[in-house]
Amino acid sequence: MSRILEKRELVPRIFEYRVAAPRIARKAQPGHFVIVMADERGERIPLTIADFDRSAGTITLVMMVVGTSTMKLSRLGAGDCFYALIGPLGRPSEVQRFDTVLMVAGGVGAAPVFPIARAFRDLGSRVVTIQGARTSQLLFWTDRLASVSDLHLVTTDDGSAGRPGLVTQPLADLLQQDGGRHIGCVYAIGPAMMMKACCEVTRPLGVKTVVSLNTVMVDGTGMCGGCRVNLQGQTRFTCSDGPEFDGHLIDWDEVLGRQKTYVHEERCSLERYIAQYGPCQTESPA
Amino acid sequence: MHELGNRSPTRVPMPEQDPAARIHNFLEVPLGYTPDQAQEEARRCLRCKRPLCVLGCPVGIDIPAFVALVAEGKFVEAAQKIKETNCLPAVCGRVCPQETQCEQRCVLGKKGEPVAIGRLERFAADFQRQHAAADLPPKAPPTGKRVAVVGSGPAGLTVAGDLVLLGHEVTIFEAFHKPGGVLMYGIPEFRLPKAIVEEEVNYLCRLGVRLELNQVIGKSITVDELFEQEGYHAVFLGVGAGLPAFMGIPGENLGGVYSANEYLTRSNLMRAYAFPEYDTPIVRGRRVCVVGGGNVAMDAARTARRLGAEEVVILYRRSRDEMPARAEEIHHAEEEGVIFRLLCAPVEYLGDENRRVHAVRCQEMELGEPDASGRRRPIPKPGAQFLLPCDLVIVAIGSGPNPILTHHTPGLELNRRGYIAITETGRTSRRGVWAGGDIVTGSATVILAMGAGKTAARDMHTWLTQGDGSWQGPRAGG
Repeated sequence: MSRILEKRELVPRIFEYRVAAPRIARKAQPGHFVIVMADERGERIPLTIADFDRSAGTITLVMMVVGTSTMKLSRLGAGDCFYALIGPLGRPSEVQRFDTVLMVAGGVGAAPVFPIARAFRDLGSRVVTIQGARTSQLLFWTDRLASVSDLHLVTTDDGSAGRPGLVTQPLADLLQQDGGRHIGCVYAIGPAMMMKACCEVTRPLGVKTVVSLNTVMVDGTGMCGGCRVNLQGQTRFTCSDGPEFDGHLIDWDEVLGRQKTYVHEERCSLERYIAQYGPCQTESPA
Repeated sequence: MHELGNRSPTRVPMPEQDPAARIHNFLEVPLGYTPDQAQEEARRCLRCKRPLCVLGCPVGIDIPAFVALVAEGKFVEAAQKIKETNCLPAVCGRVCPQETQCEQRCVLGKKGEPVAIGRLERFAADFQRQHAAADLPPKAPPTGKRVAVVGSGPAGLTVAGDLVLLGHEVTIFEAFHKPGGVLMYGIPEFRLPKAIVEEEVNYLCRLGVRLELNQVIGKSITVDELFEQEGYHAVFLGVGAGLPAFMGIPGENLGGVYSANEYLTRSNLMRAYAFPEYDTPIVRGRRVCVVGGGNVAMDAARTARRLGAEEVVILYRRSRDEMPARAEEIHHAEEEGVIFRLLCAPVEYLGDENRRVHAVRCQEMELGEPDASGRRRPIPKPGAQFLLPCDLVIVAIGSGPNPILTHHTPGLELNRRGYIAITETGRTSRRGVWAGGDIVTGSATVILAMGAGKTAARDMHTWLTQGDGSWQGPRAGG
């Protein structure tokens, strides 16, 4: 199985795949991820399950091209199969009914946020979503996120759409306005720096903040420890204990440090790939 | 006594790659006997009336019979003889600790060197693989029973091999994208070529075993669903001890500190030693520190050497005598320039401004009274610490039970340490579910896992074909 049924480029370098994967679709929950390999020589990389259709037996993955592995994956299209697709992995999101939930989605984090926001909405929570991107050209799934939110705010670093600036500003404003009355939980998913910054905003207010870590992984089933994180002195594995954790307990400097372990190798690999196969094949968004 | 018997008290030496050359490649170190060498060694066997070697084999291979066939030059027949009992002879001939099993019992060992049973097993298996398409043994008529084997490591492969010949429909579910379990991800290419593992698995597929890769039982399908939705009649759990152990000391999460599982999986399964031809990277440390004294520590150290490390140091908290690694593996590591700092344990890892490890603080130990394992307990020597500069650390102190499957299988009794509780014949507390190998015993050997697989397969066959459906699991508290 693991045949790609549909593939499209949402915004430059961010691709959406709908994949035939009946066993995974049957079991998928918000928060789950899969491990994919593009080919026999590929890396095993995690991608969050952004949506799933149990009756159709399909899952939706959203992927941003950053290096060799994602480059290779971006060249697979409808009709192609992933060399390997394993899932669903990780612990599902702990969704419960809150008065209001604040979902903060940074960049490609909009994809994992979507099914979680929907689940909170389905349970009767009021969902407020802040979606941020560097520039308007990189915003995707805005309609989708809006469809599962009672209030959907957009920010862009350069001010080309929505409110200019980072997601942390509207986050701080909304929390201040709320005064702790209704917002029971904040979810922040996106680049590690962004998640860390959101946690710093919520920490003095004592608001529960859940993040979804995107550490380097190999197996994804808890057998190697490569994805380990430090939660207030306790070691946890992102793949089997996470990927969601209480953001206030995470040693963010350690997370950011470990993410850089292969920076040199990643660069060498990508240069070699581009020299052989050319740059990322990106078309203008439809 | 055989007229053409070889009376030499010593065994035919095994040609090996020179250490200076082999640290630059991932090819096998022992090169294997030639046919002449194999026959010469096989003729040393006394054909004892009461062969003690067989008693030392966890799966009871008819050793005198296969050795006699080698002596007579009937190499393919020798391999087939072994395969009557052991479906992975090319693997066992390479990785079994024969020196504590069959060879330890060989009577020749009293006054000289035992018959090199392991080398002969390897020779026969390799000869058959290279020269003859293995004739498939006859299969019993279909029983109509479907068996799910979870895990394609040595235990699972053995169960599959035995049950398919008995006429059952067998499917192996493997979490990784390549089969073999530790044979693939744990043991390096230079000790066990992956092409051999693939060939052994292909043999099973030719026998009719179905293989489903990339399936994590407990996640994509549960054990309950295997019975209720997929129509299996029996399940064998051979998922291994895939939970890496860390010490919990400061600095253990610095960049460049790996569990042995991760380091070896990157190198062996993902072929990171061939980066960038294979995409998965691995840290190539210049000064490497390996913590632990078992075969896994030796594998990690020797891999690091091959990945260009100038200095590889093994830190082990007890003395040489207590090291659990095979003598042959320790010897090969020493020949390859691995340094052994015995009676030493790490207490802290120190990092640079990029949070990469750059030194280990080591504590010197001395040996006190024996602990629960019977080995003398290491005690820190007061005031005896030193710093060892390093840029790569591999923690090879053991593995525990990975909880993914056990957490998603209600009613599966575990022991105190999280391993699956079983009866003598491998039955778990769940009806129709057997278990064997490291998920039961904790990390042990390939051959013990195979022995557990054989025991379970025998009982599974009986239950499936003659059983009345009743089930007796392990006694409570077992």
